[in-house]
Amino acid sequence: MSNSGAYNEVLLEHNNHPYHKHALTDATCSQHGINPSCGDEITIELTIKDNIIEKAAFKGDGCAISQASTDIMLDLIIGQTREEALALTDIFFKMAHGEVLTEEEEAHLEEALALHNVSHMPARVKCATLPWHTLIKMLRDK
Amino acid sequence: MINYKEHFPLLRNDPELVYLDNAATTQKPDSVLTTVQKYYLAENANPLRGLYALSQTATDVYEEARQTVANFIGAKDKREIVFTRNASESLNLIAFSLSELLLKEGDEILITIMEHHSNMLPWQQAAKRHKAKLVYLYPDENGYIQEEELRKKLSSRTKILSMTHLSNVLGTEQDIARFIRIAHENGTVVSIDGSQAIPHLAIDVTDLDCDFYSFSGHKIYSPMGIGVLYGKSNLLEKMPPFLTGGEMIEYVNEQSATFAPIPYKFEAGTQNVGGAAGLSAGIKFMQKIGYDEIVRRERDLSAKLGTALRELPFITVYGDKDSNKHHGVFAFNVKGVHPHDVSSIMDEAHIAIRGGHHCAQPLMKALTCNFSCRASLAFYNDETDIEKFIRQLIYIRGYFNVK
Repeated sequence: MSNSGAYNEVLLEHNNHPYHKHALTDATCSQHGINPSCGDEITIELTIKDNIIEKAAFKGDGCAISQASTDIMLDLIIGQTREEALALTDIFFKMAHGEVLTEEEEAHLEEALALHNVSHMPARVKCATLPWHTLIKMLRDK
Repeated sequence: MINYKEHFPLLRNDPELVYLDNAATTQKPDSVLTTVQKYYLAENANPLRGLYALSQTATDVYEEARQTVANFIGAKDKREIVFTRNASESLNLIAFSLSELLLKEGDEILITIMEHHSNMLPWQQAAKRHKAKLVYLYPDENGYIQEEELRKKLSSRTKILSMTHLSNVLGTEQDIARFIRIAHENGTVVSIDGSQAIPHLAIDVTDLDCDFYSFSGHKIYSPMGIGVLYGKSNLLEKMPPFLTGGEMIEYVNEQSATFAPIPYKFEAGTQNVGGAAGLSAGIKFMQKIGYDEIVRRERDLSAKLGTALRELPFITVYGDKDSNKHHGVFAFNVKGVHPHDVSSIMDEAHIAIRGGHHCAQPLMKALTCNFSCRASLAFYNDETDIEKFIRQLIYIRGYFNVK
């Protein structure tokens, strides 16, 4: 039996016990993201003060890859500036599309590295990138 | 048990593969592949036009295929068989040309909520073009349209009833013979989407008395890109063409044209003769094994698969409680695991199933599940396929460790 390539322990942990799946009372912005073809759906809320992402939370419904990717991403961006968070999205897209990362880039992604196997599953890349696209929309448009 | 996989090179060459997505497309036997190759090796020319022997050979191959299809579905006249790319194109043709002939503002088109998008969107478009109303029939909890539901929705304005013979999600066979009779008493023209039925049921369009019957070749062990529209000649003759251009004309002037007789009026451009030859070979392959044997195998396998699924407490199966009524099609969900995750982890064990909305979003909404997995059998599947599939389901559930 295979050890379920993309579905490693880190991903399953975030899917089964998402740390950031709740509502914020003082969110300064929120953004809905959806993959119409497969129905993955998330709404991300952020509290941004002085250009720093102080709090982050989400609600959502969808496959384990999309939901875990969201939870992992929020973990990473809390405490970061908008620019730092946007820089992370670039690295994540590189990984998701199968490009080789530098050691420094890998260090930035931390737990998000658990999603690197989706680059071998073309149909599932959009599940992993959904929260990251949603984040870009939030930070660039607002 | 006879090993029918031996006839299918893709399955023969990959014995570890468990292919359970037969409602999406089937694998192709040797005889279909060699027939297509033979056509391109020795018989290929542009048919219906050339004045030389090779072109006549290509024409003969094409017309022989038309006759094979006519015999296969009990059509009395091969002029009533129009070749298309697939069932979607057949249904688009009907929705366009029949609507042009019949629909006026305020008229109604009746379809079911179980339709594949290909028998839904063309009618949405037709309704918009003609300011007609699209009315839906809803199934009971087991996945069957009931007679009362049809009688309730039929009215003097109902010009067309277009419905599936067998649901691609639930596998349930609809009582179309009765519905066709009731609709005809109301003066309503009936089109049947037979894409999912034709792999599992012997069809006789003359007995059914349907006005149109559509299906794809690729779901009956034949090549992709060849499909069939059966239509009664009196309607096909009156309907305007769908696509226009080469091969479908009689005379062309600067401002107008007269069209070729049926079926050629509906076959614009150079046709897929290699595909038609392959479809003819696919039909002959099925006839050689026989529907009785195909249905018997599929019933046995359905019973095994259905029973095994229902024994697992974490599985929800949609549709009829009686596994024999599923025609090998099982839509289901694993509690707590998204269908796309189930499909991906199935794939890791080299098991091919479908996960998603199955091109039937309104039905999935009506079932309140939106998404599901779907395993669908063909007669070439075997008990080992089912055992591997069930074992992997148990593994997935355990792996996700959902409470």
